Amino acid sequence: MAKKIKFEVPEFRPYPTVPVLKPGVMKGSGPFIAKPDMQKDLGFPGELVDDWHDVAIDKMGDLLKKYRSLRVFLDSCVRCGACTDKCQYMIGTNDPKNMPVARQDLFRQVYRRHFTLAGKLFPKLVGAKDLTRDVLDDWYNYFHQCSQCRRCSVFCPYGIDTAEISMAAREILDTVGLGQKYCNEIIPKIYKIGNNLGLPKPALANTLEGLEEDMKDETGIDIKMPLDVEGADILLITPSADFFAEPHIDGLIGYAKVFHQAGASWTLSSYASEAANFGMFIGSYDNMRKVSQRIRKAAIDLKVKRIIFGECGHAWRVAYAFLNTLAGPFDFLDTRYPVPQHICEYTYDLIQKGVIQLDKSANDHRKLTFHDSCNVARATRMGDKPGGQFDIPREVIKACCNYYYDMEPDTIKDQTYCCGGGGGLLTDDLLELRVKGALPRMEALKQVVDDHGVTHMAAICAICKTQFAKVLPYYGFGMDTVISIHQLVGDAIVLTTEAKTPG
Amino acid sequence: MEFWTAFYAISFYVATFILMFGLGYKIFQYAVTPAPLKIPTTPAPLTTGGVVVRLLLEVVIFRSLFRSNKWIWLFAIIFHFALWIVLVRHLRYFMDPVWTLVVLAQPFGKYASFAMLLGLFGLLARRMFVVRINYISVPSDYLMLFLLLVIGISGTLISFVTRTDIVQFKAFMLSVLCFDWSNLQTMPTDTMLLIHLTAVISLMIVFPFSKLLHVPGIFFAPTRNQVDNPREKRHVAPWAVKEFETTPASTTSE
Ligand code: SF4
Ligand code: SF4
Repeated sequence: MAKKIKFEVPEFRPYPTVPVLKPGVMKGSGPFIAKPDMQKDLGFPGELVDDWHDVAIDKMGDLLKKYRSLRVFLDSCVRCGACTDKCQYMIGTNDPKNMPVARQDLFRQVYRRHFTLAGKLFPKLVGAKDLTRDVLDDWYNYFHQCSQCRRCSVFCPYGIDTAEISMAAREILDTVGLGQKYCNEIIPKIYKIGNNLGLPKPALANTLEGLEEDMKDETGIDIKMPLDVEGADILLITPSADFFAEPHIDGLIGYAKVFHQAGASWTLSSYASEAANFGMFIGSYDNMRKVSQRIRKAAIDLKVKRIIFGECGHAWRVAYAFLNTLAGPFDFLDTRYPVPQHICEYTYDLIQKGVIQLDKSANDHRKLTFHDSCNVARATRMGDKPGGQFDIPREVIKACCNYYYDMEPDTIKDQTYCCGGGGGLLTDDLLELRVKGALPRMEALKQVVDDHGVTHMAAICAICKTQFAKVLPYYGFGMDTVISIHQLVGDAIVLTTEAKTPG
Repeated sequence: MEFWTAFYAISFYVATFILMFGLGYKIFQYAVTPAPLKIPTTPAPLTTGGVVVRLLLEVVIFRSLFRSNKWIWLFAIIFHFALWIVLVRHLRYFMDPVWTLVVLAQPFGKYASFAMLLGLFGLLARRMFVVRINYISVPSDYLMLFLLLVIGISGTLISFVTRTDIVQFKAFMLSVLCFDWSNLQTMPTDTMLLIHLTAVISLMIVFPFSKLLHVPGIFFAPTRNQVDNPREKRHVAPWAVKEFETTPASTTSE
């Protein structure tokens, strides 16, 4: 049932203008619905249950008791409109229901009707609505047009984070049997096989061996990609896209070169061969916790001392902000290092200490800019200072190349736009949304390309890389414009046969 | 005892009761609902002191709103600051003797009402004419602005045009506040004052049931009030401990 994908790629706007509203243009542009067996794998009903209305309201009541964020955010919005032009999906589609506050209101109207006095007594006055089938369909559509990027929460005077509401809505949708195919197909694969791609251990081992051979051919040096090595110091958890997708794989090669040159003892795990945690996308604490527990188990089984995460955005959010809570305490690891660490923190540290040398001229054919991944930028940190998540990746890039240019200040750092494919939207049945949602990033990129001749945009997220590789051509850029930071590192690093003593 | 005097005295008690208990209940509800995960919008402060500063910047100068939209910020800040000054000035009707600060606020307070109206009209104009904001507005949003405008306009008129027997009003207010019922002073009954008081009492009553909950809400938003230290400290909610029998938060990993 291939969906016809016919849509217009939005034009670059001459300068940021006031968006026009086109009500309903993205109605019915939601993703495919999960099949019954996928739903059942996760313990959700196979299809929409008969008493979905009551089940949904009960679940809403349950979530309201569990999440302060939800309760406070639903009450606090004053509809000031400050967030209305901040979402990349609003900018790209002009559908007013993609304005963060309007998206929240889809949920809030039902909350008001059932959980507030004003909504019970005067529904019309306060914009309260019953949860009709129409409203439920709107939920499905528009809560799957939010990448949970948190851009709106930066700009809201009360810090209202639409991502929290999207997660709650998706959890309710799952509970009534209306799950999203893309996410709910992937999560069981993690449990059964170990990663989102369903790549079993022999295939993984094969891939890694192939990569080792490639590196040997390229550099003449034996650089290892160890798998399931018990007693290694470092466990590397990286998104499974790094094992085969372009441009991710060159990033993986970069990590291996860094570990090699630092003389580090490290390993991947076939049991936990996935950094991403789709449990967050569907708002399920339960699944998020289960997926996180695998990493704990892998660390214990392999008797490692440290955990380091590869380049991945939402994964780094779950790792940085939730892992300790969901799967901690990690007091069995080496307490001198934060748990977990980001690969950029690790590499940056080695550069600072002079353990690895970089030859910037190796990247002289490239002019770089950097796309801050939404969840790294607004939900995590690197290093020990606030904002390290912006500085450390930039420092690593600048240490690897001579030409670096930032994009417009209001499109980077904590004001960065989502690539357009985050939060469980990276599926072809949402291609139209993904292309349109990329508009503001593409505009900012266009500007540095025109002004400074930028040739590459570095990223540190598997989703960003896949998404950009797909949508860049729609805007007239080459798909290889996007590049991993650790590809730059891998290309610039000065390798020696004799690895240094551990640093 | 005169009808209006009794009516307003009782309404005042009822409204105060609803405001205090309604708001108290909401604050209690926010406080006891757990925040099961660390979700500060980063970059976020690493210490509690830093969080206090962050919240102060939000509450006093509306930092996020400033970054977001200069026009909304301008009207909002004019309105809220003017409202504060006007409120401080009004304290003189509720105390005897009057604090020096309140005496000092008097001259500014009288004119601040104009600033307050300017802010309100600005916000109203945006709500009506900016298509995006118009789209998201519901009747109660207009009603709230209307109520505040009624309060502001009637108050300004009393101060500068119609006047009222303010000495008598203060005597009434003090006797209400002191629960001095046997000796309840009569209230002046000019129309403008009655309109002003009715609107104020209505606002007090709707407060805990409306979007005015943004006032306590801002202090409870996990995106703004959490310390950024998830790698150092576990943050397990009681319900998660119960549901999953995980180790409670007290076991911190350093
Ligand atoms: S910025 Fe915040 S308060 Fe204003 S409309 Fe958006 S969500 Fe509501
Ligand atoms: S979280 Fe991101 S995608 Fe979702 S409404 Fe906010 S800005 Fe839009």
